[in-house]
Amino acid sequence: MAVPTLRCGFSGSRWTFALVDRGCRHRTVATFNWIRGQSSVAQQPLHTAQKPRKGAQEWAAVVGLEIHAQISSNSKLFSGAEVRFAAPPNSLVSFFDASLPGTLPVLNRRCVEAAVMTGLALNCHINQKSLFDRKHYFYADLPAGYQITQQRLPIAVNGNLAYSICVGKQQREITKTVRVKQIQLEQDSGKSLHDDLRSQTLVDLNRAGVGLLEVVLEPDLSCGEEAATVVRELQLILQALGTSQANMAEGQLRVDANVSVHHPGEPLGVRTEVKNLNSIRFLAKAIDYEIQRQISELENGGEILNETRSFDYKLGCTVPMRDKEGKQDYRFMPEPNLPPLLLYDSTSLPAGADPQQVIDIDRIRETLPELPSETRARLVQQYGMLPEHSFTLLNEVGLLEFFQNVIKETRAEPKKVVSWVLNTFLGYLKQQNLAVSESPVPPSALAELLDLLHTRAISSAAAKQVFEELWKSPGKPPAQIVSEKQLGLLQDREALEELCRATLDGHPQVVRDVKGGNPRAINKLIGLVRKATQGRAEPALIKQILEKQLSSPAP
Amino acid sequence: MSVHASPTLFMAMAAKEAAGAHPDGVTLSASLGLTGGALRVPGRGDMWARAVRLGLRAPLGGFRAFTAKADAQGSGRVTAEVIEHLERLALVDFGSQEAVARLEKAIAFADRLRQVDTDGVEPMESVLEDRCLYLRSDNVVEGNCAEELLQNSHRVVEEYFVAPPGNIPLPKLDEQESFPHN
Repeated sequence: MAVPTLRCGFSGSRWTFALVDRGCRHRTVATFNWIRGQSSVAQQPLHTAQKPRKGAQEWAAVVGLEIHAQISSNSKLFSGAEVRFAAPPNSLVSFFDASLPGTLPVLNRRCVEAAVMTGLALNCHINQKSLFDRKHYFYADLPAGYQITQQRLPIAVNGNLAYSICVGKQQREITKTVRVKQIQLEQDSGKSLHDDLRSQTLVDLNRAGVGLLEVVLEPDLSCGEEAATVVRELQLILQALGTSQANMAEGQLRVDANVSVHHPGEPLGVRTEVKNLNSIRFLAKAIDYEIQRQISELENGGEILNETRSFDYKLGCTVPMRDKEGKQDYRFMPEPNLPPLLLYDSTSLPAGADPQQVIDIDRIRETLPELPSETRARLVQQYGMLPEHSFTLLNEVGLLEFFQNVIKETRAEPKKVVSWVLNTFLGYLKQQNLAVSESPVPPSALAELLDLLHTRAISSAAAKQVFEELWKSPGKPPAQIVSEKQLGLLQDREALEELCRATLDGHPQVVRDVKGGNPRAINKLIGLVRKATQGRAEPALIKQILEKQLSSPAP
Repeated sequence: MSVHASPTLFMAMAAKEAAGAHPDGVTLSASLGLTGGALRVPGRGDMWARAVRLGLRAPLGGFRAFTAKADAQGSGRVTAEVIEHLERLALVDFGSQEAVARLEKAIAFADRLRQVDTDGVEPMESVLEDRCLYLRSDNVVEGNCAEELLQNSHRVVEEYFVAPPGNIPLPKLDEQESFPHN
């Protein structure tokens, strides 16, 4: 029997979470003045408001985020079909996912555990009873005509997420917090490919029914940079927990931003929703653009429509989505096929319960892995590095592991290792746009190089040369490079002293300058000696010898 | 052409109460002829005991403002705006005055529940509240039946289901001949 096709389906409205209604927020908002110009947006001079009763007015922007993270599990949220990124169309679809009549949802235990873990990591209160609801809207990639979500009573509420940003001219790092309103479990929809040429949509249901964690953040953010930092931190947390791979490029992490502007002290303005944000960089750009657009619009006497806008990354601006005209009414109703989800803790765990059928929140809390914030604190404490170094180490994929491998194999000081990894190594990677996994230099090679440096077998200038050579010819051990290029430090002090003496003799004028009271002239001498030794002597040692020779009376 | 989908009915009841708060009215062309077959009737766990709270939003600037043509609660009449709203959201077709009258009767029938005194009584969330929610282990046991599933589709292109393009705006109320609702 053919599934009836819907003609003239009204909307592709993907209005997210309609209950976050602006009109209900009557609390005072902690506002931040819009002082910081973002480098990604063309600077527009802020005009004074043209209202007669007020003078120059600051604008405050309010940004709320709704983040959907695909749960990393083997099978889908309510069916036993596989979860995989690339597969032949409609091959990972069960009868339930295709919403054939007679099929029922069966909840996946792993997804519930993932939700509880994420809730605990974000300091949320886990609701021991949560409920499932249906959210109705029509779209070709939602075969059932509704999405099973948790609107009335989600699994986790009232958490917070701490993040660090730099403020002010001195780039001070401060820690801020954004409140997590709730975390809920919901189904993903399928994928639509729009074929405008033939006026049709091709639907692939492989993704339909995959478990999603929707993390709703309170509108505590005020600019694109804060939003980008928060999303990055959440990404790191989800990856550390293993609940989601949170790769935005593969669609495992999707972010929608709600942006509005207002004058501090006045009620919140009309908000717009920005969608189609494919990377963290675009997220920041889109939010900043939207804030500026709203400010300009309001200052020119226009008004902001409560609409959904899409970010056009080629033009760098937001455009209204034609698809989403009009408001949606999701007709929420309780999911009649699913009883309430009950979670237990160590005090309420029923005796003799089947461990496969109950979820113990305390047990999950005990098995939480180290969160990024804890890792950073440990790095600072263990290796004495600066907090911003720990941020960089964690932000780059694979860099922390690389660093830890180098530390394991070298006897050099941690501070030296940090400096080499974050400055030299990372610098080379960035220059050639490589990921850590693509680096031609393995951790062992860098460790060996640092050992040579540590034992003073080579100078730091020579070390840099060796590193460059290592980069160009992978596989060659550092020691071999040192001997090939004769970069080893001159171990013979006498020979060095002779060289210094020869240089002094050869440049009597400079010697007179130094003795005449120009201390900086000695640098010229050091340079000459260095050239003579072909960089095989430490400048500090040269200076020491020269000073000694200069101060002693000439024979 | 009867209306027998519960979510729509709930919405009709709540919409009647929230008088006047409607977004712009777009409605289906009567020629669509969609029957209730397009709607999924939920399981028999009918939630008559509670009015479901629906997020009907107040109209904001930029949309056509509606005057208060909607009647206050208790008049028993379902207004044209509500019908349009329902038709658009649920893709049902109230093709005749008789259908609207039946809807109004159904609402009146359900309204009698309000006479029950529920002070101090906790609302029931689910008829299954005493049941245990079964948790399935995370194993792959289904899938790989693309051929079978695609047989259900009228049109198929290379293993994709074919659907009409999205965002075809529905014709507006004044652009089409609508039957007189009142």
